[in-house]
Amino acid sequence: MADTRQETPPGDLHWYDLPDDEAHEDTAGPEAQDDTAGPETHDDTAGPETREDTAGPQTQRAARAVSWGRAARRAAVNSAAILLLLAAWEVLPRLGVLDRVFVPPLSESLVAGYDLLISGQLPEHLQASLARSLAGFGLAIVLAIPLGLLIGWYRPVADFLTPLLELFRNTSAVALLPVFTLILGIGETTKITFVLYACSWPILLNTISGVKTVEPLLIKSARSMGLGPVRLFQKVILPAAVPTIFTGVRLAGAYSILVLLFAEMVGAKAGLGYLILDTQSSFRIPDMYAGIITISVLGLLFNLLLVAVERRFSTWRTT
Amino acid sequence: MSRIGIRNVTKTFPVRDAGEPFTALSGVDLDVREGEFLTLVGPSGCGKSTLLDLVAGLTPPTAGEIVIDGAPVTGPGLDRGIVFQQYALFPWRTAQANVEFGLEAKAAPRKERARRAREHLALVGLTGFEDRYPHELSGGMRQRVAIARSLAFDPDVLLMDEPFAALDAQTRESLQEELLRVWQHTGKTVIFITHGIDEAVYLGERVAVMTSRPGRIKEVVEIAFDSREGDLRADPVFGEYRHHVWKLLRDEVAAAQVQEREVAISHG
Ligand SMILES: Nc1ncnc2c1ncn2[C@@H]1O[C@H](COP(=O)(O)OP(=O)(O)OP(=O)(O)O)[C@@H](O)[C@H]1O
Ligand SMILES: [Mg+2]
Repeated sequence: MADTRQETPPGDLHWYDLPDDEAHEDTAGPEAQDDTAGPETHDDTAGPETREDTAGPQTQRAARAVSWGRAARRAAVNSAAILLLLAAWEVLPRLGVLDRVFVPPLSESLVAGYDLLISGQLPEHLQASLARSLAGFGLAIVLAIPLGLLIGWYRPVADFLTPLLELFRNTSAVALLPVFTLILGIGETTKITFVLYACSWPILLNTISGVKTVEPLLIKSARSMGLGPVRLFQKVILPAAVPTIFTGVRLAGAYSILVLLFAEMVGAKAGLGYLILDTQSSFRIPDMYAGIITISVLGLLFNLLLVAVERRFSTWRTT
Repeated sequence: MSRIGIRNVTKTFPVRDAGEPFTALSGVDLDVREGEFLTLVGPSGCGKSTLLDLVAGLTPPTAGEIVIDGAPVTGPGLDRGIVFQQYALFPWRTAQANVEFGLEAKAAPRKERARRAREHLALVGLTGFEDRYPHELSGGMRQRVAIARSLAFDPDVLLMDEPFAALDAQTRESLQEELLRVWQHTGKTVIFITHGIDEAVYLGERVAVMTSRPGRIKEVVEIAFDSREGDLRADPVFGEYRHHVWKLLRDEVAAAQVQEREVAISHG
């Protein structure tokens, strides 16, 4: 069954594998924060629901105060590096350590960003980018998940498609952008297709592996209770694969913004990628940084949202 | 309330990079009477779990056949309930939902499902843990959920693979009592695998002892007490049965160990 995966040696890293490690760190952070509920919950074997009942309001409030204190301290530690970066960004250009022309102080970029926001330029570009990202990302979800389920579940489909998938997944989306442009022109279709293509891989590969790596004992257990193939798929394979699928969806979410930016830099008249390149070439440097900051924040928020969704769907996963 | 016939059953597994298949069971003959409680003991790796899989219909025998009430087993079904050695709970389902699984397969109405699941969780002493996920339960609790799940959909035959292995002595004893009570009450046919000789003699009407690999039935020991009242384990007859089964097993375990050493040498 797992022949496709056995062919790749364990040390073999693919581009779609890389952000996964980051993602694990992402999830480790907030999860660790859950632990900040304090030591008093650790010896409480009865769990949070019963704690509400048994603990008096005062101990509860005290516990909450402790946990808030801890959370605040952790937040301070977590954001220290970022604050340091922002401070350096503000101070170094002013001190002349960095060339103000190329790296203006942070505050100037923020003011520029504010002006762009007020003038309506930034919202316009943001909207153009978001629409493309979400369209490509959404289409990838709608197409790649069913396809992945099909490949993971039906051996003949897998045998038929695996060589093709191996070929294409090793072909960078960036390499194909000229082809998309050639065939689809330089309009929206090209950019959405480009995002769709890039987003499909993490979703597709995770869905396939999610279906294929379902614990055989669980399948055996369900079969022993007389489940046929359809119900087995619906009641065991699908729920077992959901967390893995969502990992793919989260990765795809990150790609949807990353690769779109590239497409917008190559050929577009709107979008954040266009904004960044255009401001750079017309030497509106603070505006350029405003665009970059917008991208970072957007990516961060999108990822946070997807991590939350992913967590929601994999509460039962112990690892 | 089913009679199980295991007729000259052989099971082999194909082996990777080797021509000869691996023989796990060879010519197993065993008849389980209607409503009987049969315990099955044998050295580790002799094919007990494999035999249970065959009776469950999860894999077909290589040779021979298995008949239940005269009809050959062709696949799994809700007439047989299995407790797997490794629990096999669905990690995305709560204890309650796990117990309901078999009832869903049986298409029982929702309310009925919930009620029966709660009843059976109570039976194994897990009231209050209905909403816990398996990873929030201890090993013994998971095993009890698995037992509740197999009982809840009321199969005629219970196939249990070391179901009490992960429990402490007290919990094990109370669940043994509970199982005996359910069995006497419902007249289910039970095949119960165990590593414990005491447990085998205590629970079984008969104890089937298997040989080392390839597994066959070495002897079936009829356990007959004058009455099951009082502390059975203190009965001198209990000690005699216990010793008899122990002797039968000792030789087989020794043989199995020699076998394992030979395998290790030939591979090393
Ligand atoms: N699917 C399989 N493929 C190959 N070999 C198998 C398979 N299942 C079991 N075996 C082999 O068959 C033999 C019997 O296995 P089985 O699990 O039935 O033993 P067991 O008597 O239940 O042992 P234990 O008491 O340790 O649970 C073992 O040597 C095992 O390696
Ligand atoms: Mg076993």
